[in-house]
Amino acid sequence: MSFLEVTKQLANGFGVTVVIFLITLVVSLPLGLVITFGSMSKILPVKWITKTFVWIIRGTPLMLQIILIFYGPGLLFKMQALPRLTAVLIAFIINYSCYFSEIYRGGIESIPKGQYEAGQVLGMTKTQIFFKIVLFQVIKRIVPPMGNEIITLVKDTSLARVIAVTELVKAAEDIVSMKMIIWPLFYIGAFYLVFSALLTVLLNYVEKKMNYYSG
Amino acid sequence: MDFLEVNGIHKSFGKTEVLKGIDFSMEKGEVLAIIGSSGSGKTTMLRCLNFLETPDKGSISVNGDMLYSSDEPPYSDTQKREKRLHFGLVFQQFNLFPQYNVLKNVSLAQELRQLKGKKFSVTEKREIIRNIDDNSRRLLDTVGLSEKVNNYPCELSGGQQQRVAIARALALNPDILCFDEPTSALDPELTGEVLRVIRELKTSDRTMIVVTHEMNFARGVADKVIFMADGVIEEYGTPDEVFGAPKSEKTKSFLEKSLENP
Repeated sequence: MSFLEVTKQLANGFGVTVVIFLITLVVSLPLGLVITFGSMSKILPVKWITKTFVWIIRGTPLMLQIILIFYGPGLLFKMQALPRLTAVLIAFIINYSCYFSEIYRGGIESIPKGQYEAGQVLGMTKTQIFFKIVLFQVIKRIVPPMGNEIITLVKDTSLARVIAVTELVKAAEDIVSMKMIIWPLFYIGAFYLVFSALLTVLLNYVEKKMNYYSG
Repeated sequence: MDFLEVNGIHKSFGKTEVLKGIDFSMEKGEVLAIIGSSGSGKTTMLRCLNFLETPDKGSISVNGDMLYSSDEPPYSDTQKREKRLHFGLVFQQFNLFPQYNVLKNVSLAQELRQLKGKKFSVTEKREIIRNIDDNSRRLLDTVGLSEKVNNYPCELSGGQQQRVAIARALALNPDILCFDEPTSALDPELTGEVLRVIRELKTSDRTMIVVTHEMNFARGVADKVIFMADGVIEEYGTPDEVFGAPKSEKTKSFLEKSLENP
């Protein structure tokens, strides 16, 4: 099997990897903020239900969550299983939203009380204070830990293979077992490296852009 | 009726009673200095006026408008937002918005107030924003910072930041401007510029309440002085009365101590 043929086949797998990555990111970033509001809620039942949920999701392996979301409905309720990629996306989105929510929470709690009070005495509403004053400062503070999570997500996409979604690792494994060649496994390492390198550059750019002020 | 009337304000945090019945009043155009040692309740009093704390008991009214009364049901958030604009507050720690430049710090609240929930055409909107910017520049000019409109707070000295904070507090044209120890977070050589701005505001007939540790400033600028101790007003009078001939023993010993270690 020629290098070009392998590359072509891996490219399909890489496409799936990128889809999992992008959809998870785009949905989890806002959803994480919603979960943050839940875990910081003044309504105690909402707060404790959210916190318990986040504890369960962060306290169990993502791989287990993928398996349960794919096989669970069928085994428990005799329902038809979700499409494999859909099950993977649901698991990733829930999992990453919970991690993001905790990063947001840390960011929000690090903003000094004086910023809220300054907005209050100027007659701003709670919503205005959050979106016009606090949020931007939160984003600036959480870019580094978010970057960490986002780069972890790139590599976590490989967990999708546990329910036979042909992402990059699965695609390489298929070639290895069919053609008895090992080098595609090293080759996909380069895919991940390049992908995370691009993200690092992007994240550094964002970080630098937001450094126009300090504090 | 006086311009500001404060009656029987009580406030406790948990079991600690911080304000034990505060009564005072002010005329329009007056400057009131509140002095006293740390923990005497002066900052809490100021925060009650600005709705940052809710008193447990008592009443506050400005120009006949009841802002707080423990005898009446509490106001809605919207009503509170309107009523709190009788007051402006300058914080000890400035609390400028770091992501906005100096001009935007002053103009933001005006923009949010004037543009929120209303529909304007593009030209109308541009006109409103231009007026707000003009007003903000004028305010920054009065605090001597017209050169710094495009700078960010982190690029300014503490004294300059506090002057921006004063311009920001003036932006919504409050009836009474409050200062919470405005020079306490500043290096000694920077307090002068901030005090000078406050002095200039006095000449323009601003009604002001200044919580301060600067005794000379209180004596030189204030029309009336309140000395607070242990949650009550221990002494009230003109600067000459309070500083020159204090009646209470507590006032005497406080003044002696603060003059020893200015």
